[in-house]
Amino acid sequence: MSAVRDIESVPGRKQVRLGRLAWSLRPRSALVPAVCLVLLVLVAALNIGRGSSDIAVFDVLRTLAGGGDHAETGIIFDLRLPRTLAGVLVGAAFGLAGALFQTVARNPLASPDILGITWGAGVGAVSVIVIGGSAGQVSGVVAELGVPLAGLAGGLVAGLLLYALAWRRGLDSYRMVLVGIGLAAIGHNVVYWLLTVGDVDDATRATTWIVGNLAGVGWESIGPLALALVLLVPVTIAGVHTLGGLQFGDDTARGLGIRVDRTRAVVLLLAVALAAVATAVAGPITFVALATPQIALRLVRSPQPPIVGSMVLGALLTVGADLAVRTVTPGLPVGVLTAILGAPYLIFLFLRTRKEARA
Amino acid sequence: MTRPRLQAEHVRLGYDERIVVDGLDFDVADESVTVIIGPNGCGKSTLLRGMGRLLRPRGGSVLLDGKRIDKLPTRDVARTVGVLPQTPSAPAGLTVGDLVARGRQPHQHWYRQWSAGDEEAVAYALSVTGMSSFAERPVDELSGGQRQRAWISMTLAQQTSLLLLDEPITYLDLAHQVDVLDLVYRLHTERGTTVVMVLHDLNLAARYADTLVAMHDGRIVSQGKPGEVLTEELLSDVFGLDAKVVSDPVAGTPLVLPISAHLRDEV
Repeated sequence: MSAVRDIESVPGRKQVRLGRLAWSLRPRSALVPAVCLVLLVLVAALNIGRGSSDIAVFDVLRTLAGGGDHAETGIIFDLRLPRTLAGVLVGAAFGLAGALFQTVARNPLASPDILGITWGAGVGAVSVIVIGGSAGQVSGVVAELGVPLAGLAGGLVAGLLLYALAWRRGLDSYRMVLVGIGLAAIGHNVVYWLLTVGDVDDATRATTWIVGNLAGVGWESIGPLALALVLLVPVTIAGVHTLGGLQFGDDTARGLGIRVDRTRAVVLLLAVALAAVATAVAGPITFVALATPQIALRLVRSPQPPIVGSMVLGALLTVGADLAVRTVTPGLPVGVLTAILGAPYLIFLFLRTRKEARA
Repeated sequence: MTRPRLQAEHVRLGYDERIVVDGLDFDVADESVTVIIGPNGCGKSTLLRGMGRLLRPRGGSVLLDGKRIDKLPTRDVARTVGVLPQTPSAPAGLTVGDLVARGRQPHQHWYRQWSAGDEEAVAYALSVTGMSSFAERPVDELSGGQRQRAWISMTLAQQTSLLLLDEPITYLDLAHQVDVLDLVYRLHTERGTTVVMVLHDLNLAARYADTLVAMHDGRIVSQGKPGEVLTEELLSDVFGLDAKVVSDPVAGTPLVLPISAHLRDEV
């Protein structure tokens, strides 16, 4: 009878049931995002508290919960919150976009910055800043909306080009990475060409945007960003299960009943949209999309980039970098520090994993 | 005569500019074990991929239970046909348990990803392939034979009435080869599973096949009972192999004994 007992359960796959709903869950895939979320709230509160007059973390949290005095409520909601909220949303969008790119390409190098999406957005935004600025025609509301919209359009165009050029009887992931690196190089050079063409003031403004900056973000950019996330995130989370099948070779995925080409196309479109929207708001904050899925994957110890984990960690890294940059060298854009923070940690994780594999 | 489970009608298959199989007709009878043999590059795997809708035909059609397979929802097909590709790849760090659980994908929904039925099917698939104790080990740390059994286990977890297996015993030692083929045969006799396999070992192919199919240059050269197909003439024509075929003292099926060059004068 022991054979019957043996087939009762599968080791390592704990069942979680809720009526007719059922998933398998590992403690780590819930624990890591939970811990990161707590850290994120703390770091966000610290970041909100920072400014011309510092507000203590506890007071920030109390005010956010609706219990602050009039002055604090005014400062926090009108002035301080947009910057940090943008950091959270942009970071989450980059983290998610990176996770999707890496899953579709089955390559940890694939991310919107490496594959040229953020550079496409850069070309769009810098064109508006430089050409519009020097012609003197873009001002006021048009300038406010023009830069993010042009960024969004540039990112989407780059995404479509990537897709069209990498397509050859289906989307070949290796080809996609190569084409993307080429597109990024072109985008890169067009941006620098625009900077040399533009006048000094515009070029300075554009440079700040290119590095990635949360300083100028106000409530008016939060709306579209939040809307994009509210629309795109549930679709992605519902699709996670199918996404897992793409991790295998195409033959295996097809055998499991996945419409491989269509799924890839949809996921890629979602990822491009997320990256473009985020870049449009805050500029291409480098490294978040590349590093966070890989860091999250190693923390959760899952074979593919975890979706929720990548989002929370992306937000944490972005807001944390913003806080650090404001504390150490005020005025420096956040994008400078995300790379400085993310890169060594990613290298550390790579080295540690290699050691574990050898042991 | 019942209707064939799987049919290829004038099917034309290939990659890019190269056509490998052209105008081929092929029927797979219900509850049969069909084994495809043939030299390297003869189109065995291409045919199997076409039959399993992994490769879209350039011409002709593949019918599953009388319906065009490319017109059926691919998820529905995945609940009927399980395919084990020749060289499957898994992401680094994936555990055997998670790999085998992936076989349940066509039966699952985003809101119900791990039901009691899934658990039972996966536990069964792990246990019959002898992989239960490996469930928490990463696939990429297994030996070639264990890895092969893990993949077979995933295909079994899919619980399909039709199995297409491309060289399922290639990396296994003889004992494990027999284990896997015995398992396939048991599924066939106990559950009525219809099996199509590509095998390189002619003697095992002859022993386990109801129908043996010999392919050469993208065409089916001979098809029938192993005793009718596996002849000295066929081995010479199709494989270019000088061999003697005797009756297998254990099973009574044909047994191929190749005549090596240094023995040729003595035979």
